[in-house]
Amino acid sequence: MDFKDTPEEAAFRAEVRAWIDANAPKHLEEELQRASFGSNGVVSEDPIAAGKAWQKKKAEAGWACLHWPKEYGGAARTPIERVIWGQEEGPYAALGGVFTIGHGMCGPTVMSWASEEHKRALLPPLASGETVWCQLFSEPASGSDLAGLRTRAVKADDGSGDWIINGQKIWTSGAQYSDWGLLITRTNPDVPKHKGLTMFFLDMKSPGVEVRPIKQANGQSSFNEVYFTDVRIPDSQRLGDVGQGWEVSLTTLMNERLSIGSGMSTGFPELFRFCMDAEIDGEPAVADSGVRSKLAQFAVKQSGLKYTGMRAISALSKGETPGPENSIGKLVAGATMQELSMFALDIQGESGVLWNEESPQQGRFQAMLMRSPATRIEGGSDEILRNIIGERVLGLPGDIRVDKNVPFKDIPTSGRKSH
Amino acid sequence: MNLDFSDEQKQLREQVRRFLSENCTSETVRSILEGPESYDKKLYQGLAELGVLGAAIPEEYGGVGLTHLELCVVAEELGRVLAPVPVSSSIYLTAEFLMLAGSEKQKETWLPKLAAGEAIGAFAFAEGQGRMAPSKIKATVTGGKLSGTKSPVADGDVADVLVVAAKNEKGEVSLYLVEAAAKGVSRETLESIDPTRSQARLTFDGAPAELLGADGDGWHIATQVLDRAAVLMAFEQVGGADRSLEIARDYALERMAFGRPIGSFQAVKHILADMYVSATLARSNCYYGAWALNSGAAEFPVAAATARVSATTAFQHCAKNNIQVHGGMGFTWAFDCHLYYRRSNAQAVALGSLSSWESQLIERMSAGNAEQAA
Repeated sequence: MDFKDTPEEAAFRAEVRAWIDANAPKHLEEELQRASFGSNGVVSEDPIAAGKAWQKKKAEAGWACLHWPKEYGGAARTPIERVIWGQEEGPYAALGGVFTIGHGMCGPTVMSWASEEHKRALLPPLASGETVWCQLFSEPASGSDLAGLRTRAVKADDGSGDWIINGQKIWTSGAQYSDWGLLITRTNPDVPKHKGLTMFFLDMKSPGVEVRPIKQANGQSSFNEVYFTDVRIPDSQRLGDVGQGWEVSLTTLMNERLSIGSGMSTGFPELFRFCMDAEIDGEPAVADSGVRSKLAQFAVKQSGLKYTGMRAISALSKGETPGPENSIGKLVAGATMQELSMFALDIQGESGVLWNEESPQQGRFQAMLMRSPATRIEGGSDEILRNIIGERVLGLPGDIRVDKNVPFKDIPTSGRKSH
Repeated sequence: MNLDFSDEQKQLREQVRRFLSENCTSETVRSILEGPESYDKKLYQGLAELGVLGAAIPEEYGGVGLTHLELCVVAEELGRVLAPVPVSSSIYLTAEFLMLAGSEKQKETWLPKLAAGEAIGAFAFAEGQGRMAPSKIKATVTGGKLSGTKSPVADGDVADVLVVAAKNEKGEVSLYLVEAAAKGVSRETLESIDPTRSQARLTFDGAPAELLGADGDGWHIATQVLDRAAVLMAFEQVGGADRSLEIARDYALERMAFGRPIGSFQAVKHILADMYVSATLARSNCYYGAWALNSGAAEFPVAAATARVSATTAFQHCAKNNIQVHGGMGFTWAFDCHLYYRRSNAQAVALGSLSSWESQLIERMSAGNAEQAA
């Protein structure tokens, strides 16, 4: 057991570190370091432009989408090299937030399902940050039950072969500045729900697409509603066969959970620093036995996630496939962050209620508190993640589904009871 | 980066697991639970012959001369099957005390016997209710004679040699080696929540005591050895947590209710998923502890407390929910669930209870943080 790089890994790390040191936008480092979950990252300039500029620089030097094949704009590097790059990129990785969905989910789906011609056209500009993608999956009535979605795609009756889209998506991050969207639709309501779905990619500037920001419970607006009114999509932009959309979406979701779950912050280092500085009755908060018990439980979750990640990296380093351990990442990090932020406010006493310039660490914990409910829902709710661990890791049987062999149009919904 | 056991260490795991599957069944554990013996002598001798007791003891003292990593692998396997043997007292504690602080003569006298299972060691610290602390020690040594009472002492009723914490003539905590057969030592077995591991009260009335380590350095030495033992016991706890999860999962697959396996109900499935989460966090923290123990890293005290807190939490969580998943059957004597429940709660207070390890973890992190800042 050791935490050392192999000689090849060490050489790669040195190369990466030197390049980042020479090329990173250092004027943004301080605000990136200060940023945390639920608060804004770059505020001194346009964060989208800053993200695109960093991605372009990386792409020109061959550091974009390291694990993608070269012909699609990647660098054909090994998984362990990708991990090392991420470790060295440090705070600047946050600049890539605008590409998380495109690189992490849409890109891999396009790579698995699009024609060669489309792959060569779409993937390189995605890798280099010239285009931004979003994922048009969730709907107001279908979140965890994604396959219950209702956005309709119907063949145009003009013989063009085009599809006409009508419906609504929700919780779409980055829709307002995306160039392309990955869109799942219902093409056949007369068959059971998983079998009537079809996947497309869509130009977000198409006529009939309307993006409306959602004002969230924490006051921010990072998610959107997207409305489709007679939006026309050429059949050539279909991914997979008609009716194969569910299978295509699984490629995306598998990648979503990998990219959301890995290396998530719990907020523990920030809480620990805060408790070193804060006082309870004239003594440092960390000297209080009740505080210590709470902190210790947060600490072992944080370190448990850290070393679980390192076990996965160890497997990659040996050229093996990591085990299922990483499936716990988002489940643990999301719940921990929420409890931890509540505890930070508790230490602040009556002033914990305040979220202003007097709040410790620029109101970091208040921001975490108000953002963390979404963490436990987005990208697979806690309950869905527990189902996944139960069924795919522990081998338990799936729940009995009453809608499994029923035509979609006959399934009871919130507004439509069964007979 | 290689936060994993080596292929050789994984082979050792297979070998130990095979041995235990034949020599430490549920019946073995139950014979100690229900019978008059304090531990399974045949199993203990078998482990000695397999070389696992002496795994981390140098060859010059009759051991196998491997590292603590091998001992971690063994500990996990012992924990999985709730082995009713005094390995923690004799090997994780007594042998470690000798290796860290013993004189050449003390090591030559005792280590070969401990490795061969010919002698059993135990650590006598506690003196009744309350958390472990130097101020709790009332036992004294005057003119080489020990007087006082120690309770509870794990495996104290079967130990041949005892490491006893007592105050020297200056009132400082020191450690002493005491032979259990010596004049002035009397002992009795105590009832406990986990009779598969024995507990005893030892009374010393002018028993001959030989200094172990520097005079007055007892608390310092004990802290270091408790950290080592904490990592090894944490591996036992992870083994117990994993096994509790497996037993619960198997039952959830097989037990039918409302016309379907209970594991298909989300209420049950989610309990099992949470057990997997806590066992996985604990395993990863234990690997960190094993690395720090074996490499002698400066952060070892933090790593040891991290492993210990995480593993205690996970084993208690998994053992209690194993009963919950079983429903009423889990509360019968006939099912093994209560064996894991007993052990998880006994180990939670061994070597210093959970809350004291939580406190030590944060104290050590604070000290490290202050050093870094300075």
